[in-house]
Amino acid sequence: MMQEALESTYSILGRDFANAGRVSTQIKDTLKRLGVHPAVVRRVAIVSYEAEMNLVMYATRGKILLNVSSEEITLRIDDEGPGIRDVNLAMQEGFSTATPEMREMGFGAGMGLPNIKKNADEFNISSELGRGTRLHVVVKQTP
Amino acid sequence: MVAQYHHSLRFDVDRCDGCMSCMRACPTAAVRIRNEHAVKLADRCIDCGECIRVCPRAAIVPLTDQMADLSKFECKVAIPSPALYAQFDSEVYPGMIFSALKECGFDDVESVSPACDAVTIATEIFINEYRGQYPLISSFCPTVVRLLQVKYPELVDQLLPVLAPREVSARAAKIRLAKETGLPMDRIGAVYITPCPSKIVAILEHPGMQQSHLDAAVSICDLFQILASAVSKIQETAYKIDPVESASGLDWSFVGRLPRSLPAENTLSVAGLPNVMRILDDIEKGRLRKYRYIECHACPEGCIGGCLTVENPYLARGKAIKLQQSLPAGCMVDRREVETAYRKKEFLMDEYLTGRPLRPLDADISRAILKMKERDRVLGELPRIDCGACGAPSCRAFAEDVVLGDADNELCVFFWRKELETRIEQLASLVRIQRHTAGGQL
Repeated sequence: MMQEALESTYSILGRDFANAGRVSTQIKDTLKRLGVHPAVVRRVAIVSYEAEMNLVMYATRGKILLNVSSEEITLRIDDEGPGIRDVNLAMQEGFSTATPEMREMGFGAGMGLPNIKKNADEFNISSELGRGTRLHVVVKQTP
Repeated sequence: MVAQYHHSLRFDVDRCDGCMSCMRACPTAAVRIRNEHAVKLADRCIDCGECIRVCPRAAIVPLTDQMADLSKFECKVAIPSPALYAQFDSEVYPGMIFSALKECGFDDVESVSPACDAVTIATEIFINEYRGQYPLISSFCPTVVRLLQVKYPELVDQLLPVLAPREVSARAAKIRLAKETGLPMDRIGAVYITPCPSKIVAILEHPGMQQSHLDAAVSICDLFQILASAVSKIQETAYKIDPVESASGLDWSFVGRLPRSLPAENTLSVAGLPNVMRILDDIEKGRLRKYRYIECHACPEGCIGGCLTVENPYLARGKAIKLQQSLPAGCMVDRREVETAYRKKEFLMDEYLTGRPLRPLDADISRAILKMKERDRVLGELPRIDCGACGAPSCRAFAEDVVLGDADNELCVFFWRKELETRIEQLASLVRIQRHTAGGQL
């Protein structure tokens, strides 16, 4: 039998600070209605929020693809934007290329990507300069 | 199995005309209109009282106690919420209200300020020694506690496990009165003078405690008139000299004043349920870790904005601040004594708070996924204007009700319009066929 999965796509616009964070709230609410374990909801909430904010701050536009099965929750985040010059450096805690304006808003502590990785069971990142960044994150349903 | 929840509101079928005001105002989508009457979904209701505020027919009855209910106690002690004082003009001192409460039938009144000060100190100690996940979330508002249990169960561990001042005050009053009167504790009734109905739920369910020290709660609005008339007969001068409450006690009645001794950049204060929910959403996303303590009030402006108060909360706030200027500013308790009592766990909850998340679409995730797909399919056919005519607060809530078998498609007026259009079309084509066969003679 094919495993039942829920798929949703959310579009996000870069610099759209007025709506930033809404997609991760929607994802969180969806998971709660599905009866996903609260600890898992929280991890996915952190992952999707950090990814959404990265997208809003740095990219032109992008999408978050959510896939939920009874085994795991997969998030694919694709953006069109400047890309990341040195992915290894970007993964280091505290490294940030945030502008003073972003820091003014409480972002840019250099914890975004490390936080995503910390809360993921599987984590993949690839980036192409001038094209964009792609994240693939899996969180297992068992907390 | 659906757990039985206590609630502090009753919908009066005779008064309710199904106008939908409460359904639209409910922050947790806990109201439906069925057969022209509002009904409450018990697992969703968090007893915030928003429905009481908006009901134009007073059809939502708070289940607070009446004075007549208190006769079972041999000794009745009133524990006034500090929000009570803000209902009167600032020349009405707390001591005058104490006398008025005694006129109304209470045998004694316990000042809540010492408990407020003690709980503030206990909160500071707890936060300084806490090594868990931040931010801690205040637990004195029962509606906020219920909101977390139902909608944010993963944050329940971050609720501050320190007792609310009203509980500490009730315990102190009972110990004092048992000594003074020689009565056993269970014959002494500690009665909260409450600005909201949620305190009733806190007494019945005593979250985080084996038992509440309070026995009943009478609403400020039920008592106000008789208190006001008693107060008007009192000479004020004597009470100015002998203050029974302190400025810091009154701090607990409105948002933004607690706990003052923590560095301001590490604390947040928020009031009003939609605002509280936004903050809790942010905490879930891991945003607010640098804050140590977040003070959350369900009502606008705090307890002074409770739905069972009488004064406009903004005016009440002004009155409270003015009254505070004439009250002593210092702490009413000895810090060392509080510290000693804290080490004996006297200010800590004695049970763990647990979440009780809303029933998901299905207990099995695979089946829940199927139901969510079905919900989205149903939603796709709905107009998404949230008109409420079906009796649900939004098309989305309605779609969910349909999938869960709690509502029928046909309740949607747009469903009927489509149905009607189809039938008219069918009828029209029937007429065309008949015309044709009649050779255009019709």
